[in-house]
Amino acid sequence: MKTFGNSVGRLEDPELLTGKACFVDDILFGNELHAAFVRSPHGHASIERIDCTEALALDGVHAVFTAEDFAPHLKVDRLIVGLPSPAYRQDINRPILAQGETVHVGEPIVLVVAKNRYIAEDAAQLVDIDYSPLTAVGDCRAALAPDSARVHNETPHNLLAEFDVDYGDVEAAFDAAPHVFTESIWQHRGGAHSIECRGTMARYDALEDLLTVWSSTQTPHTARQLLCEILGREENQIRVITPDVGGGFGPKLIFYPEDASVALAAMLLQRPVKWIEDRREHFIASTQERDQYWEVEIAVDADASIRGIRGNLVHEHGAYTARGVNLPYESAQTVTLPYEVPAYALNVKLALTNKVPVTPVRGAGQPQGTFVMERLLDRVAREMKLDRAEVRRRNLIAAEKMPYTKPLRSRGGMQVVLDSGDYPQIQRMVLEASDWEGFVERKAQAVSEGRYIGLGLANFVKGTGRGPFEPVTVRVSASGKIFVSTGAAAMGQSTKTMLAQIVSDQLGGALENVIVSAGDTGTISMGLGGFNSRQAVMAGSSAHLAALKLREKILTVGARLLEENIDQLEFEIDAIRIKGSAQKNVKLGDIARMLGGTPGFALPEGVSPGMEVTESFVCNEMAYANGAAVAEVEVDVETGGVSVKKIVIAHDCGRVINPMLVDGQIVGGVVHGLGNALFEWMGFDENCQPLTTTFADYLLVSATEVPPIEVLHMESPSPLNPLGVKGVGECGVLPIAPAIMSAIEDAMSPFGAHISRAPIHPSEIVEMAQAGRKG
Amino acid sequence: MSETRSISLKVDGKSFDADVETRFTLADFLRQQLGLTGTHLGCEHGVCGACTVLMDGRSVRSCLMLAVQADGHDITTIAGIAPNSDELHPLQQAFRNHHALQCGYCTPGILTTLVELLGDNPDPSDDEIRNAISGNLCRCTGYQPIITATQEAARKMRELRGGAS
Repeated sequence: MKTFGNSVGRLEDPELLTGKACFVDDILFGNELHAAFVRSPHGHASIERIDCTEALALDGVHAVFTAEDFAPHLKVDRLIVGLPSPAYRQDINRPILAQGETVHVGEPIVLVVAKNRYIAEDAAQLVDIDYSPLTAVGDCRAALAPDSARVHNETPHNLLAEFDVDYGDVEAAFDAAPHVFTESIWQHRGGAHSIECRGTMARYDALEDLLTVWSSTQTPHTARQLLCEILGREENQIRVITPDVGGGFGPKLIFYPEDASVALAAMLLQRPVKWIEDRREHFIASTQERDQYWEVEIAVDADASIRGIRGNLVHEHGAYTARGVNLPYESAQTVTLPYEVPAYALNVKLALTNKVPVTPVRGAGQPQGTFVMERLLDRVAREMKLDRAEVRRRNLIAAEKMPYTKPLRSRGGMQVVLDSGDYPQIQRMVLEASDWEGFVERKAQAVSEGRYIGLGLANFVKGTGRGPFEPVTVRVSASGKIFVSTGAAAMGQSTKTMLAQIVSDQLGGALENVIVSAGDTGTISMGLGGFNSRQAVMAGSSAHLAALKLREKILTVGARLLEENIDQLEFEIDAIRIKGSAQKNVKLGDIARMLGGTPGFALPEGVSPGMEVTESFVCNEMAYANGAAVAEVEVDVETGGVSVKKIVIAHDCGRVINPMLVDGQIVGGVVHGLGNALFEWMGFDENCQPLTTTFADYLLVSATEVPPIEVLHMESPSPLNPLGVKGVGECGVLPIAPAIMSAIEDAMSPFGAHISRAPIHPSEIVEMAQAGRKG
Repeated sequence: MSETRSISLKVDGKSFDADVETRFTLADFLRQQLGLTGTHLGCEHGVCGACTVLMDGRSVRSCLMLAVQADGHDITTIAGIAPNSDELHPLQQAFRNHHALQCGYCTPGILTTLVELLGDNPDPSDDEIRNAISGNLCRCTGYQPIITATQEAARKMRELRGGAS
């Protein structure tokens, strides 16, 4: 039975539901040691002296390592991980352990290894470090002033990178424009906060000279490569395995100082060493997203057609480069995507600050670009007294113009081509489902009752399926089981089920006959990993191609064995048979055995050895998913409380492999966006001391804040890949913050509210209401 | 500092006698000393609810309890809620049917919390379910499928109970 397009249950669930899953902290050898890190308590300080004597003397402590202790064992003592770009003005790479200077609270300085985590933390307290505090730079705009204190003592300035994303004649677009509107927008996104924090465990096997690392990483092959470079080992001497991962959402794709430290400690101590990040560490030491400041203006014609958009963006980068310029690049690139914008120019500056590095969280800068565009369009509508949906309708790219070439280049230099979709229709779907037209009456009725309700709308287009490839191996064993291996690590997004569906559709249709390894460098030699809504697009397509090739081979051999034409054969779970005949069949396992070779005997003529195919579907272009959302809110103007009443989202991720799983990704993304709009804020004081380091201070959305979410589907197959799919994992996030802000403004229109920030805090709502009353 | 105490307790129907360090949390004791890793730690400060287990049928945060406090008590974890090893609890089955888990890391605490809820309230409203799990954070699902699954499980359990009477 074909499962593509059906809501089949997941392969992952049975273990997860019964407590039998194996996350990194669930790996117990019995002789493992536990690590704790001494982390900087300062945003910026010089490290004058480190005294580990007392810590070392504590009963149960096995070792205490500083940068100096590690140095003789490292081929490279910095994590050189930045994606290439001509935009860098400086290379600021992280040390494995800080030495001499520390540049953010939470930076690891000393590693303690002990019998258990309790003792390791006790010992960490006993490490005595003398610091001389230095000025910490927290505001990314101020950081760029020529007279700003430096984030790093030795650098000439705090500008990490600068680039322009532009096309068309922007000057002309603005010079002749009948209307120009300007916005200053602050956006803040917080941490990823997967419920499982990070973790890594390393074991060195001297007999095999093999270092095995189990890590909750989204990118096991990258981790192996970096470990090889840092430790001076060959690929065959390091295996990185991603076990069950309790959510990723971005920061787990980064390679961290802790990953290198724990691996080296396991080698030096010849004992397994485990480090499990606690939540406080996740707040201060896992990468996160933070501040973006946008100064933008939009020029429109008398009929609200967009003539151009221009401005500048200052993006907070944190203290080191842990990924690159990709995050603000995606922000800049995303702004115009759904609309016809003839001219665009955005200058982007990345500023260093004395805070933990910034790298992508679910959406990777694209939610911010979407927010800016949608805020600008709401502004146009308000100023020109037009319906917000109508302004958008006039500017959305028409379906008949697909594929639509944007005069933009991806950060890898590829032309941006919106491959498929019907953006106006998607907008119509959410308007209809939310009764946009009829809302005016409901709103008037509510106002007469002293209640303030509002509707907000946002469109989005999201680049998915980041290339260039993700290899997948499909192999049939002599037992008849189908093994699928890929470096496309799974962190909760049902990657194993998705791949099993695609493969089993070609090879017998039995999902339970498929065993998937996702994220083990020991089972496949290359891989890029899990990020950028790419698994179904890249790994899925490779799996499909590999399964097709294997299918052809099986049918070729089967036709010979059964003495029948290929077109008369069909798959039956773990065998192929002559159509309709239960007797005349041959088991897949027997074909595998035959193609495994028998000494001295020939293979069937023209058939290559083995029942294993590895395919790497190559695609440099991104598949652009799209959608629209309408949010309904009720605002309590006395308390500033915003209650989201309903969210309708329509999306198009091309052909849907498993509707139940796609809905799950969409709804999860929507709720992440809800958090970004109203709750999540990673605070720091003026000395770059984190203010929100517990879930009591930093608010994640809980079940009671989530309104009913209605998901509508549209399927415009992508022409870019054989499955016609587009990514979906991050999409739900994009339209939510702008739709909610639009709804709040609508609800507070009697007060003339104008929102140019996310998240928004109840106190700001109250202030807007008070200002509106006075006005 | 590493004073120990002898404790006896039941976990998922099995009896254990153990010497435990007095400062070990119940979660660390279950996971590291007994090797029962079905219970997960998400925040270790009592907010995320991932580590929720049942003590004598009542939900507790195993990260906020010391192991010694469980002496003489009966603990149920996610691994102990199914009627037997071949069968799932109706909540487990409904979670599977409705994709009420993605990464599954928070699931142990949510399932134990809901087992308690359905014991107290066999026919909860959506709002009552939302309130019951308001102390359980999930970053993947957006909670909506959890509500749907819980309603299905509640219905199923009512039917089973009705059939037995």
